[in-house]
Amino acid sequence: MSVTGWTTILVFFLTIVVLARPVGGVLTRVLAGERTLPSRILGPLERAFYRLSGVNPDEEQSWSQYALAVLAFKLVCFVAVYLILRLQAHLPLNPAGQAAVAPDLAYNTAISFLTNTNWQSYAGETTMSHLSQMLALTVQNFVSAAAGIAVAAAVIRGFTRREVGTIGNFWADLTRLTLYVLLPACLVLALFFVWQGVPQSLSGVVDATTLEGAHQTIALGPVASQEAIKMLGTNGGGFFNTNSAHPFENPDALTNFVQMVCIFALGAGLTNMFGRMVGNERQGWAIFAAMSVLFMVGAGILYWSESHANPAFAALGVDPIQGNMEGKEVRFGIVGSALFAAVTTDASCGAVNAMHESFLPLGGMVPLVNMMLGEIIFGGVGSGLYGFILFAIIAVFMAGLMVGRTPEYLGKKIEARELKMTMLAVLCLPLVMLGFTALAVVVSPGTSALSAAGPHGFSEALYAYTSAAANNGSAFSGLTANPFWNVTLGIGMMIGRFFVIVPVLAIAGAMAVKKNVPTTSGTFPTDGGLFIGLVTGVILIVGGLTFLPALALGPIVEHLSMLRGIFS
Amino acid sequence: MTMIRHIRPALVLFALLSILTGLAYPLGLTAVANLVFSHQAQGSIIIRDGHPVGSALIGQNFTSDRYFHPRPSATSGVDPADPSKSVPTPYNAAVSVGSNLGPTSRSLVARVSAGAVAIGADNPDAIREGWKIPADLVTTSASGLDPDISPEAAFFQVRRVALARHLPEMRVHDLVVQMIRQPMMGWLGEPHVNVLALNLALDAVQ
Repeated sequence: MSVTGWTTILVFFLTIVVLARPVGGVLTRVLAGERTLPSRILGPLERAFYRLSGVNPDEEQSWSQYALAVLAFKLVCFVAVYLILRLQAHLPLNPAGQAAVAPDLAYNTAISFLTNTNWQSYAGETTMSHLSQMLALTVQNFVSAAAGIAVAAAVIRGFTRREVGTIGNFWADLTRLTLYVLLPACLVLALFFVWQGVPQSLSGVVDATTLEGAHQTIALGPVASQEAIKMLGTNGGGFFNTNSAHPFENPDALTNFVQMVCIFALGAGLTNMFGRMVGNERQGWAIFAAMSVLFMVGAGILYWSESHANPAFAALGVDPIQGNMEGKEVRFGIVGSALFAAVTTDASCGAVNAMHESFLPLGGMVPLVNMMLGEIIFGGVGSGLYGFILFAIIAVFMAGLMVGRTPEYLGKKIEARELKMTMLAVLCLPLVMLGFTALAVVVSPGTSALSAAGPHGFSEALYAYTSAAANNGSAFSGLTANPFWNVTLGIGMMIGRFFVIVPVLAIAGAMAVKKNVPTTSGTFPTDGGLFIGLVTGVILIVGGLTFLPALALGPIVEHLSMLRGIFS
Repeated sequence: MTMIRHIRPALVLFALLSILTGLAYPLGLTAVANLVFSHQAQGSIIIRDGHPVGSALIGQNFTSDRYFHPRPSATSGVDPADPSKSVPTPYNAAVSVGSNLGPTSRSLVARVSAGAVAIGADNPDAIREGWKIPADLVTTSASGLDPDISPEAAFFQVRRVALARHLPEMRVHDLVVQMIRQPMMGWLGEPHVNVLALNLALDAVQ
């Protein structure tokens, strides 16, 4: 660990603090349908979209209508992506002549991208045509991100409205977020990435003759356009197999820093939008503070872990000073890789710039724990905030139990129905993560896909289902997914997305019709230090109790084995 | 049921947003990027004597004593003798991949052990002078295409390259010093040396 390393972490965090308010302001205005700079230019396009699709943007939807709209849209997305991938051999923009994607892989990939997971069971450069990258995958990167933010906005509206049954219009939210937030930001970002060296080309490959006379085929493509939305929308699906570790996706330390900022930018802005919408920005900063504590602890442990060399290498004459460099790029070094791994799993991005599988056991455990906690540390765009609100509901419920009062959050009574919905959403994630892992490590189609033996093999399986259910998409990528994995991971991703979205919208609907309870001296304040501590504790205890046994079987026992020099 | 009401907006909005974000955006960006940053947009390809010799951003394999060596790479390629098999092909820029070996993997320790022995044999003078082997020279990168090595890894190889090229050791050493890229603003990123750029500069010396 070094001073420059900690400087990087600190400057990164301060950048996020500074960005939260302006980003929150833009999001609030766009979602309220107010005029912004992009809307002055693209306004006619928005109105044309509504006219052609028969949408009245001012027509409000009930929670069930909103949820049905989300599901209908996702169904169309699934069919479209699946068909494009299956038919890509017959479609244009396929310079490398990629064949049709296999049915189980096309199904897995379609679900993966529409749920904002972007788990990749394939190597992009050898599987996808340029058309598939653009028309299937880039589109999903935009609309799955926009849909996530839309749901978060709808949930917040549930808390702010009094005695009305509606929480906004999904079609208007989706269109405005794509047109006025994601698209303009991505245009700027993508051009910046090209300037720094990320290719944006329609040719397939460049053939070079190396200095030693060997032949090198260099894969190219429209990378920058995909890269920008991949980071900003916390999607994480890379153009290339090795994602942001590939020098064409992430050429230098500056792009690496910008990519990390992009992952957190919207998630942090959403906490501020939350504060603005509920009429008290301190409510947003309280959430921001709880997230920051969890972020710092994870990033610190990861940086500490990876600064150590693998103890087995010392006897081989290898200098330990560089730390654990297996699966890392020299231009990022330890801190650029460790911080990226923490950020990408705090949020539900899943882009990687180092191979998480090659981290030391405790370093690899941090991304795993970040995902197990539900990715509520800034989180995926939208999903991080509504996921956090679930924990906030549990926290005020516990506070209510302790003092014997009906719990309230943001002036709304929390009653049995909301708690049932919260628990449904909170419990379905561990069920998928642990249940599928238990299945995969005992049946042969499951174990045959694992690349590692012993505790590390168990971690590989646990990481995969955790990543799927949390809609992250990063992997211990030694796993070579076969149809068993593609199908079960697809189911996991769907449950992880929709068994949270539907209950959380139901909570929003229930909140919207409730009366506002006046704040009294007996009200538990949710914008102060006590709440921050309580909710952080709830997140860690719920996560800790549920997952500790599984972690003990994987990374913890592997760490002890490593110290004892036991290999498998 | 009311699901029917959502079918038209779902289909039409999906189609419109697809055209906008899946065609207009990437294709428009391709046009602009190739106007403004045409070199980068086409992969930062380095041309020497009229022929592409590689990309400034993508590592390539070097085995000759006359060149600085990059890090080991985990990429593989099709076996020329039997197309159904794949063989280790370092720095195959058509398919990026990391080793994905875990920290307690026997294969990892065996590979690093063999790598350390080979590097010691290639650079006997450095070992005799008491250098430890820089970790990046025995570990594979995440992409398998890492274009860089640490300054220590470059200095480690100076004696070998100087001997093979019959150049004064100080000359090669100074060249390495010139080629080190320092962290931006003093803190962002790691000091590193681009192996292809260093070797091109080396070729230009003679």
